[in-house]
Amino acid sequence: MHEFDWSSIPNALPFLWDGMKISLEITLSAVVFGIVWGTLLALMRLSSVSVLSWFAAAYVNLFRAVPLVMVLLWFFLIVPHLLERLFGLPPGSDVRLASAIAGFALFEAAYYSEIIRAGIQSVPKGQMAAASALGMTYGQSMRLVVLPQAFRNMVPLLLTQGIILFQDTSLVYVSALADFFGAAYKVGDRDGRLVELLLFAGVVYFIICFAASRLVRHFQNRLKTA
Amino acid sequence: MISMNKVSKHFGTFQVLTDCTTQVHKGEVIVVCGPSGSGKSTLIKCVNGLEPFQSGEIIVNGVSVGDPKTNLSKLRSTVGMVFQNFELFPHMKIIDNLCIAQVKVLGRSLEQAREKGSKLLERVGLREQAEKFPGQLSGGQQQRVAIARALAMDPICMLFDEPTSALDPEMVNEVLDVMTELAQEGMTMMCVTHEMGFARRVASRVIFMDQGRIVEDDSKEAFFQNPRSERAQQFLAKILHH
Repeated sequence: MHEFDWSSIPNALPFLWDGMKISLEITLSAVVFGIVWGTLLALMRLSSVSVLSWFAAAYVNLFRAVPLVMVLLWFFLIVPHLLERLFGLPPGSDVRLASAIAGFALFEAAYYSEIIRAGIQSVPKGQMAAASALGMTYGQSMRLVVLPQAFRNMVPLLLTQGIILFQDTSLVYVSALADFFGAAYKVGDRDGRLVELLLFAGVVYFIICFAASRLVRHFQNRLKTA
Repeated sequence: MISMNKVSKHFGTFQVLTDCTTQVHKGEVIVVCGPSGSGKSTLIKCVNGLEPFQSGEIIVNGVSVGDPKTNLSKLRSTVGMVFQNFELFPHMKIIDNLCIAQVKVLGRSLEQAREKGSKLLERVGLREQAEKFPGQLSGGQQQRVAIARALAMDPICMLFDEPTSALDPEMVNEVLDVMTELAQEGMTMMCVTHEMGFARRVASRVIFMDQGRIVEDDSKEAFFQNPRSERAQQFLAKILHH
């Protein structure tokens, strides 16, 4: 039977907290960029211009058909070199965080765009007609009338996707980036206490995600009564 | 004001409108009626270009609707439209429903828009509801707001697409009263409706449609007293029975 020894955790807390900050940074940036890019993709997909809708469909299908960890590795292996060349950065500059964020954002945008597309389609067609009949352009009708209602309906789904994204950030350990999971792994490895550290990390992930999903449920109920 | 010449439209092989020709002059109130599926809603949605059509021509106030060079948004901002299902914007307060297009399309200041909006709400008897959301109003109230919203744009004519069909019976009259008042003030109107009482009271002409064609286009006296087509006679017999 394994003897548990939790003594290495208290000293490692500041390091783990730094890791958590990286996890949260990746999550938040990827959610924001993912929603913005996902909205554009959704609009392209619904567009009557066939080149745009074809591009968006191809993009979404491509990213949904490859494993996230592979996308992250590509970004880890290829993008830093590209950035070094493009901006003349000295070799070995640390762009791991930037490339991880870019990888997540581009990957998640594919999922967000499908949620947002469904959200846009959930708004009755008559709303677009009414906005157009008042003389609004397509852009104004979308921005002022359709999208606000679509996002209102989508808030729970978008947040749920954000929670999944937060869990998925642990995959950046493949790029040796010290996010929360990576930091816990490093400490455990160093002190020979891997089991304890991973259990601890698991509990922390659980608490955060469980609390967040309760929050989403709360929103959902409020939306229903509104 | 509105002139249609041989307007035809089809969805795939299904012919929705065939050679529809009519004129609406300034100040006229035209009631469009006919059995369901006869193309009446499609016809008036062609007037402001919400429905595209394949052949023929519609000229509104000197502008051709079907011309690809026409700025449709600009044209629509001058033609008011009221829908069967009201289509108020549910995420905005009533007053904001009335202001948004005034500000974003006509470029009025928010202050001007609110003043105009309040006046129109007053006119349709809903001034107290300005700060509420559409979901808090009854159907009849929502439709009156929708009429006020269209009027806020100072339209040169108004299109009504079955404005009372989605309403509970006891709310029909409050909407018809607003429309009657509007007609008496000289607004040019095209109304798709089954409300024959309204047609008798205010219509200048009645258009009867069947299977995508304009079968009758006559003064209301002629239409109600001796409709020429058999189809219109049957329709009237059914609808006036009650």
